[in-house]
Amino acid sequence: MSDQQIDQSKRTWLIASSCAGAVGGVAAAVPFVSTLTPSERARAAGAPVEVDISAMQPGEKLTVEWRGKPVWIVRRTPEQLASLKKTDPQVVDPESKRTAYPIPTYAHNPHRSIKPEYLVVVGICTHLGCSPGEKFKTGPQPSLPDDWQGGFLCPCHGSTFDLAGRVFKNKPAPDNLEVPPHMYLSETRLLIGDDKKA
Amino acid sequence: MAEFKEAPADASAGVKLLTWVDNRFPLTKLYKEHMSEYYAPKNFNVWYFFGSLAMLVLVIQIVSGIFLAMHYKPDANLAFASVEYIMRDVPWGWLVRYMHSTGASAFFVVVYLHMFRGLLYGSYRQPRELVWIFGTLIFLALMGEAFMGYLLPWGQMSYWGAQVIVNLFSAIPLIGPDLSLMIRGDYVVSDATLNRFFSFHIIALPFVLVGLIAAHIMALHEVGSNNPDGVEIKAHKDERGIPLDGIPFHPYYTIHDLFGVAVFLIFFFAVVFFAPEMGGYFLEANNFIPADPLKTPLHIAPVWYFTPFYSMLRATTDVMILVLTLVVGLAIGAVWLRGAGLSSKVKGGVSVVLLVIAALLNIFEAKFWGVVVMGVSVVILAGLPWFDRSPAKSIRYRPGFHKVLYAIFVVDFLVLGYLGIKPPSEIGTLIAQAGTLFYFGFFLLMPWWSRLGTFKPVPDRVTFTPH
Repeated sequence: MSDQQIDQSKRTWLIASSCAGAVGGVAAAVPFVSTLTPSERARAAGAPVEVDISAMQPGEKLTVEWRGKPVWIVRRTPEQLASLKKTDPQVVDPESKRTAYPIPTYAHNPHRSIKPEYLVVVGICTHLGCSPGEKFKTGPQPSLPDDWQGGFLCPCHGSTFDLAGRVFKNKPAPDNLEVPPHMYLSETRLLIGDDKKA
Repeated sequence: MAEFKEAPADASAGVKLLTWVDNRFPLTKLYKEHMSEYYAPKNFNVWYFFGSLAMLVLVIQIVSGIFLAMHYKPDANLAFASVEYIMRDVPWGWLVRYMHSTGASAFFVVVYLHMFRGLLYGSYRQPRELVWIFGTLIFLALMGEAFMGYLLPWGQMSYWGAQVIVNLFSAIPLIGPDLSLMIRGDYVVSDATLNRFFSFHIIALPFVLVGLIAAHIMALHEVGSNNPDGVEIKAHKDERGIPLDGIPFHPYYTIHDLFGVAVFLIFFFAVVFFAPEMGGYFLEANNFIPADPLKTPLHIAPVWYFTPFYSMLRATTDVMILVLTLVVGLAIGAVWLRGAGLSSKVKGGVSVVLLVIAALLNIFEAKFWGVVVMGVSVVILAGLPWFDRSPAKSIRYRPGFHKVLYAIFVVDFLVLGYLGIKPPSEIGTLIAQAGTLFYFGFFLLMPWWSRLGTFKPVPDRVTFTPH
């Protein structure tokens, strides 16, 4: 250690200039970190997708891509719709009350859709983002309970969802499948990604 | 600054050149410090090969990586095909690529053995704490490097593996969703993600790795190597100040390590030539299918070297949170009942901290704690120098039950790794939960158990018989 006297005014200026330098360093980091966020092109790619559902038969599932994610459209049979009554007590959030994902108000019902017949959900598990597979066949089968009413099974961590995309209790996924904003342009034309009146 | 030296007038041109360089760059000094006058204990055994082998694998990865980058295209539309192009059309491209993919697994094999050596002989104990901490950081950087590299072939496993791991970050409260968005650079794993992972994989992380390895070796050469007996060779020096039990690293250990390199390369190239996929453990079958963002493969699992930690993530369910809360409760009880030497202020403080942890455990979702458990299971290694209170560094002089605990720890780690490869099952989760508790218990209770038992007397000098 030096026994020289500390020059207080020099020290003040050293501290001040170091602080100014640190502020500059942080400011310089802002543009670099900002480049990591989604680009304008990625943001713009979220444009709505129009789907023709006129050819869909009851019990069929159609997958379309919206914002790089699979969106499922399922035309449910009357039996499948009836099964939602049975699964009501077995699911975590039957009325879609949780707010972790923005669920449009027209999905705050047991069938989670505008028209009871058609289900429109994002096919991405709310646990860690795998895409569940369809298990529409009812009854006992591997990885599923014996009273299976039809629904979806996530291959990654075993979460199960009913035919309204509602997650069953005691599964890793905390939330029901996300419902994208969507609207009917006509009886057979569906717009996914936008629900405002054009 | 060293003073300017003159080579004798009749010296050879080589000596003159070296003197010229030494006056401008500490070449001879560095060579002596790190090679010819770095004295390593003479009783190294087979466990001491893995440090230099890790360096060898690093070189293999860098060299093969440079050549792969000449043909690879970091573009979601071209990546998969460019890897197949390397495999089929680039002359010898298959060899370079298989060296790189096998090298990734070999890196972890070697590094796990290298770390286990440290555990066996207490190599992290004073004064080598920083050597160990740099090592833990190297391990973390290596995990990042491997994870990002695995996305590049753009196969199904690449894609969905990245999707799951990046989504882990979204479990962090408040900042999570934005953080994972920033990592991906898009709303799903996409071209933007691939491109940035490529940049991290070939530029940022290799620099970090090399820097950390330099720090690891500088710290090691400052304090000197530990040895299988865990005694300090610097305690006994001859009249010239050279440790009596030390031998110069060069030529003794350089030649010794060359033998290790030869044996290692036999195994390494046996895999490269005859089993590059290693039955689906080094290269997974699903990764030979191009990435499909609309369809998840039926079974997805990380590559084998991540599975012990991945198992612990999966083991953290609601039931596990309940168990962990109970454990925290037990810890509070232990503080008050057994913490006789502590003042009531300390007891109160520790209890408050533990109560806060217990409360947080139940406030946030199990999904978040799974991520925490996985992260802590790696970072906890850095605490070893402070957890281990054993009077003897080396396992050789520690009580029999310590060896049993170490053996169970190894089995536990392997079982966790095995379970992580398998699809989730009820019995598997139960075993993984028990395994996770043991894993953390092994480390967190070490300050107590490592002191217990009858220790054998530690010798003054290393045990070594000339041969």
